[in-house]
Amino acid sequence: MKNYDAIIIGAGHNGLTNAAYLAKAGLEVLVVEKNDYIGGAAASREMHDGWVYSSCSYVCSLMRQTIHRDLNLTRHGLLLVPYLGSLCFGDKGEVLISYTDPEVEYNALRRHSPHDADAMFRFHTDLGRYAQLIRKTLLRTPPDPTSWRPRDIKELLWLAKEFWALGERELYEYIRFFTMSAADFLEDYFENDLIKASMASPGIIGTALGVQSPGSAYILLHHVMGDVDGNIGAWGLARGGMGAVSSAIAGALQEHGGEIRCNAGVKQILVENRQAVGVMLENGEELHAGIVVSNLDAKRTFTQCMDKNDLPEGIYEKAKNFKIRGSSGKVNIALSALPKFTGVPENHYINRGGQVFAGSLESMERAYDCWKHGRWSDDPFIESVIPSAWDPTVAPPGKHWMSNFVQYCPSKLANGPWTPEQRDQFGQSVIDKIERYSPGFKDLIVHMEVRTPFDIEAEIGLTEGNIFQGELTIDQLLFNRPFPGYAQYRMPIKNMYMCGSSTHPGGGVSSACGANAAREILMDLKRSNTVPEDDCYDE
Amino acid sequence: MNTDNNAKVPAADPFADERLKRTHFYPRAAQLNIRDAWSAWNGYKFADYYYDAEYEYFCVRNGCATYDICPMQKYFISGADAETMLNRMVSRDITKLNLNRVTYLCWCTDAGRMVDDGTVFRLGADKFMLTCGSPSLAWLRKSAFGFNKLSIIDMSDEIAALSFQGPTSCEVLKQMGLEGIDSLKPFNIIHFPFGDSGGNRDDKPLMVSRTGFTGDLGYELWIKPELALDLWDALYAAGENYGIQPFGEAATNMARLEAGFIMPGMEFNEALKTIHFQHDHSPFELGLGWLVDFKKPHFNGRKALLKERDARPEYTLVKLDIEGNKPAEESHLYSDKRCNHEIGYVTSAMWSPVVKANIALAMVKTKYLQGDIWAEIYYVKELRHYSKTVRCTLQDKPFWAPARTRATPPLAY
Repeated sequence: MKNYDAIIIGAGHNGLTNAAYLAKAGLEVLVVEKNDYIGGAAASREMHDGWVYSSCSYVCSLMRQTIHRDLNLTRHGLLLVPYLGSLCFGDKGEVLISYTDPEVEYNALRRHSPHDADAMFRFHTDLGRYAQLIRKTLLRTPPDPTSWRPRDIKELLWLAKEFWALGERELYEYIRFFTMSAADFLEDYFENDLIKASMASPGIIGTALGVQSPGSAYILLHHVMGDVDGNIGAWGLARGGMGAVSSAIAGALQEHGGEIRCNAGVKQILVENRQAVGVMLENGEELHAGIVVSNLDAKRTFTQCMDKNDLPEGIYEKAKNFKIRGSSGKVNIALSALPKFTGVPENHYINRGGQVFAGSLESMERAYDCWKHGRWSDDPFIESVIPSAWDPTVAPPGKHWMSNFVQYCPSKLANGPWTPEQRDQFGQSVIDKIERYSPGFKDLIVHMEVRTPFDIEAEIGLTEGNIFQGELTIDQLLFNRPFPGYAQYRMPIKNMYMCGSSTHPGGGVSSACGANAAREILMDLKRSNTVPEDDCYDE
Repeated sequence: MNTDNNAKVPAADPFADERLKRTHFYPRAAQLNIRDAWSAWNGYKFADYYYDAEYEYFCVRNGCATYDICPMQKYFISGADAETMLNRMVSRDITKLNLNRVTYLCWCTDAGRMVDDGTVFRLGADKFMLTCGSPSLAWLRKSAFGFNKLSIIDMSDEIAALSFQGPTSCEVLKQMGLEGIDSLKPFNIIHFPFGDSGGNRDDKPLMVSRTGFTGDLGYELWIKPELALDLWDALYAAGENYGIQPFGEAATNMARLEAGFIMPGMEFNEALKTIHFQHDHSPFELGLGWLVDFKKPHFNGRKALLKERDARPEYTLVKLDIEGNKPAEESHLYSDKRCNHEIGYVTSAMWSPVVKANIALAMVKTKYLQGDIWAEIYYVKELRHYSKTVRCTLQDKPFWAPARTRATPPLAY
């Protein structure tokens, strides 16, 4: 039987990236995937005749440009298209329209608050300063702060230098920022409730924190630090849906000789003499390899795919307690026409981009309260986008599909397990809310797919359906991700690695986790590195 | 029906003579030029961009978009001597050009320096249309010296032309009712009934050529000025669900650079407008040797070009893939990283959003093409000036050349 150099578990975008770089270095690699399609949460699937949904992740901004360029992802079919326009709706039906043109944006903000229109410049400057530092760490392996190895000391010094470059005052602010809530952070800049709500919304997306929870300020940064072609904070759509990202990386992997096997879920990682030696598939088949790389989240990897007895003491508990909480649902809707929103002019540049049903800081926090009590939010926070308005390939001409990301939605309900009826009720609460802002919306619905965290876990394998493969709070960031002492992609078992978003730099379709892990693996195997350095616009 | 948009300028306007001319599509284009971002081309008011240059560029790559090419120069050259005269002027063999075909070509001075490049359409056995960026009437007349059975008419103001580019362009033309458009091959021409001619199948006022300047699937639409706005409206109605958007010079410049197309005033200086004898260019320098056919009868500049072909040109235009993400605008090129030995200069540069590469066209001394090429790039960040020296890699192929550009019928968008 074939003995691979490396087996990667899970054909999500990070697993594929990891495999592509290992294959590029000449390794014989195999990616095993439990589903009959690749991409994990970055997938495009035709769920209704002529409609292609990006079922889970739906927009792209953290994707490392240097990896896109290095793996020739454009040649493999990836085209990232920035989209314009963004609407944010308030509790009372008021709407904040965001524009890409800075002069127009200034005028728009002034209509809500002259003070905030001015303060926005300082807000973006500060956020840009914070983002710049974090962005530089994305394609680097975090140093181990307790290690005396020259490499770790060198990397720590680099990190310290970058921090010091902020200047003393900003350094204090930055440290504060990591533990602040989004609401408190914004209080220092803005007076207008709708502007605050709009700016706070990235602070809760994907996390089981509320706008008032400490740590949500960093989440905000994580969502806005990406860029598309140097436009910091810009968001792009992958032409053909998010699956185009995965299929392009898979194309690069196959170009370098790598293999992918679908319908091959892993039951257990095989360990002999404290060394990973391969995997056993759900059908009992054993596959052997020099190394095993898990692209699954840390909790699933250690508590479900490994024998507890194979693990060093404490690891099982660490994994069990890894903070990975389901908080978001997804409702994908096929529409017979573009929805019209009350109070939004017939301006096709702005009435079809993204919509955020944020309400206010208060209603966002109330939505979070429901989650704490094991219920989905009565009045949910929804972040929507209509990709078909920008991408001619994902819906029939003149028809549309709308991606709705919903907070909050627990993975377990207080009153028992999720049932199909409850899932439908959750979906109903989402379209009820949209209907309030877009009368007639429900009449446009052709097909609808509702996904609770429970469904996302069942299909994609993300524990509790957490989109980041683990909360992005400071106790689980940088050298703490996933666990202190294991942040350099090597796991407690020899020849075993992790490459998913449970590792630094965390969630988002960035390819960074997979690439960083590949660099560490190649170093251990004494192969020459194939992973490029990042290409930041900030230098 | 709007025949003369210029008539709308108030008679009392004391600056009327100073204002730029308006193209046949101006009433629609002006409405969509939300940013009032205008520049000028051949005396016409001409959009730099309409809403957002990069967005418009993406419409060309992702959906479809129109580019107003009314200001482009168009000449009808007809008569028994038309073919011979043109063949004498241009360096490509025009006798090989079949009816309803278009060809890209260039023409040179006797010294073999490029006057301009353009396209020639064969509209009949004795009838051609020549299009080019700059006014060329004087040169055409000069080239026609000695040919008597010939008429040269400047049609620049008399034809409304709209370039329509992008992956969904063919589908939109189909939706507009242009039957058989999908079987039109690259550089072919086809005529369609349009407007009032609906009943009369022989009246085909709309000419469509599968040509363009974006390197993507695309067409150029040609029609008489009286039907210009009707054409625009029909196209925009059909394109509504396919992402139609006008684009201007800024987006054109991005798309053409990715396609590796040269631009006058960027890659080459027109010979007739060049003071210094070394500052103009030969087709060989510009990588256009394939446009020079020595097998055909005598043509302008033949002797000089033959000599240059054998001696190899001093400079050669090349495509460069450049490290990093800072566009190498106006960069100088060196054979060493320390920038001691200069070997050339960048003519156009940009960050390519679709390819995700830092690309450029550059003039490099031919004898240094085999060695290292380094670009010294200057850039500004928050008013602070920086420079860096990065490695350049030669590229043979266009940076962007999707299969759909050439496939007939075009591949699904």
